[in-house]
Amino acid sequence: MKDYIVFLAQQHPAFRYAELETLADLHNIKVDLSSHDETIPFIIVQLENDEIAKKWLQRAVLAKGIYELWGVGSTEQQLHEDVKRRSSKKFPLYKNVTFKFDIIGYQGGKSNAEKIKMIENFSYVEFEGKIRMKNPEETFTVLEHYIPPSDHEAAKTPFKYYFGRQIELTQRTNGILEKYDLKKRRYIGTTTFEAELSLISCNLAQVDTGKIMYDPFAGTGSFLVAGSAFGALTVGSDIDGRMIRGKGNNTIKANFDQYGTSTLFMDVLTMDFTHNAFRKNMVIDTIVCDPPYGIREGLKVLGARNPERFVGKEDVEIDGKKAYLLKDYIPTKKPYELDSLLYDLLQFSSERLPIGGRLAFWMPTANDEYVPTLIPQHKNLELKYHLVQEFNKWSRRLLVYINRGGDFNGEDNRAATSLPEFRKKYFKVSQYK
Amino acid sequence: MKFLTTNFVKCSVKSCDSTTDSFPLGYDNCKLVQTEQEFKPDFILSILERLDWNALIQVAKDLGNESLPPVKPEGELLQNEDLLKDLHTLLIETTIIEGEMICNNCKHVYYIKNSIPNFLLPPHLA
Repeated sequence: MKDYIVFLAQQHPAFRYAELETLADLHNIKVDLSSHDETIPFIIVQLENDEIAKKWLQRAVLAKGIYELWGVGSTEQQLHEDVKRRSSKKFPLYKNVTFKFDIIGYQGGKSNAEKIKMIENFSYVEFEGKIRMKNPEETFTVLEHYIPPSDHEAAKTPFKYYFGRQIELTQRTNGILEKYDLKKRRYIGTTTFEAELSLISCNLAQVDTGKIMYDPFAGTGSFLVAGSAFGALTVGSDIDGRMIRGKGNNTIKANFDQYGTSTLFMDVLTMDFTHNAFRKNMVIDTIVCDPPYGIREGLKVLGARNPERFVGKEDVEIDGKKAYLLKDYIPTKKPYELDSLLYDLLQFSSERLPIGGRLAFWMPTANDEYVPTLIPQHKNLELKYHLVQEFNKWSRRLLVYINRGGDFNGEDNRAATSLPEFRKKYFKVSQYK
Repeated sequence: MKFLTTNFVKCSVKSCDSTTDSFPLGYDNCKLVQTEQEFKPDFILSILERLDWNALIQVAKDLGNESLPPVKPEGELLQNEDLLKDLHTLLIETTIIEGEMICNNCKHVYYIKNSIPNFLLPPHLA
């Protein structure tokens, strides 16, 4: 086992541990993350080798890079002493490689002149290879952790230094967030989910190459494009045909074309999730979605709100053909309870996901008064994570479940969430303006 | 709607779930378009595992293609790149842009418009 230092992103720290753990699980990597601290963007871990380190974090969204740890110190002098003590045996291994040094500060940094001076202080490693700023064989990195004394003051010197050999930079560092940035996406709508958290959702759902991912509330396809970024064949459905159709050249398919993943886009279907057209024995490996919470529009499923008004309507004919069989027939919809929809989603997942397959979905909750939010649960599904993203007056949580099958006998409840109240509070006022 | 998807969709009427006639759907009046897509043999192989071969043959027949092998290719046949390319062309590159899908049990008709299939139901079938 070797020591590695992981440089973490300080965005969404509440989701970080889950992502590190989930990606380790996806690749069958055993790693002790017990020293993880949400306030610190670094974690030292032990792993068997570089290959495993690479595989683990290559697609991470909340980590920036992983480095073979050569030394740690609270001062530069301590750092050098530690590097010499624990890593001097490694110096000759890199004597003749092309290389460069990087100095990366967190919440602080050095001027170029200071950086050069610092690099010169590493001369004891006695590397004789050529320095290459572009595509060197090895990159040696100093990670500096600064802690500013207050919001308005910069820290003068780092609180801690780490030195290591770069093993892998993650998708985050390689620009996945810029690539999937909504500002640059061809087709978006009011319900489009932001790039970063949609990619994180897909990581937590273990979306992967060779798997089929389904979003039953696809909207403008936010989770579908995120799923294809990690190699899954994606399929979506939505009861609202307008969203999945797009307009002119601005369509979900155009987004896949933009990202170069069009082979991974199966289809989007206009379909009511609760009247599902997927054959029962179709294997769906993973489900990722943001169900409609009736915040912008009430939650709807197929059926008549006033069934008495539709009595006999099935016999109406236009030009000798049943009206409901015509191409332009528009079926009526009725309101539906959120609890029921979420439980339908859990039930569907328990039937369709393979054992070990994951369901990840988002659920909003109001913050400012104490309403205990009940998380829906199904007896076959283990609730693996519930992760909260806080906003001013509300929050939303990402729920991740794992299908454990019929012997699991877990908790089972149709959650009575505070959603109708939530809707009233935050959206009704503006409706009447 | 990609040809591939025809292998996964059945009639959405709940009472049709208990019959075998609701899958695959019957395809009629279909307008097909070929769109070039990158060929990845591994991807086709991973899809192949998930296919219902008899349904594939039946839908291909509806759409005028009777050239599929009678049983799902396995073993050495999977090394045959021409076969995988043919499947790629059929499953991934063939899109139904307009058409009708009919349930062979309840005879309900679903439409494909602008490449998007619509599985919504009237209230008496919902």
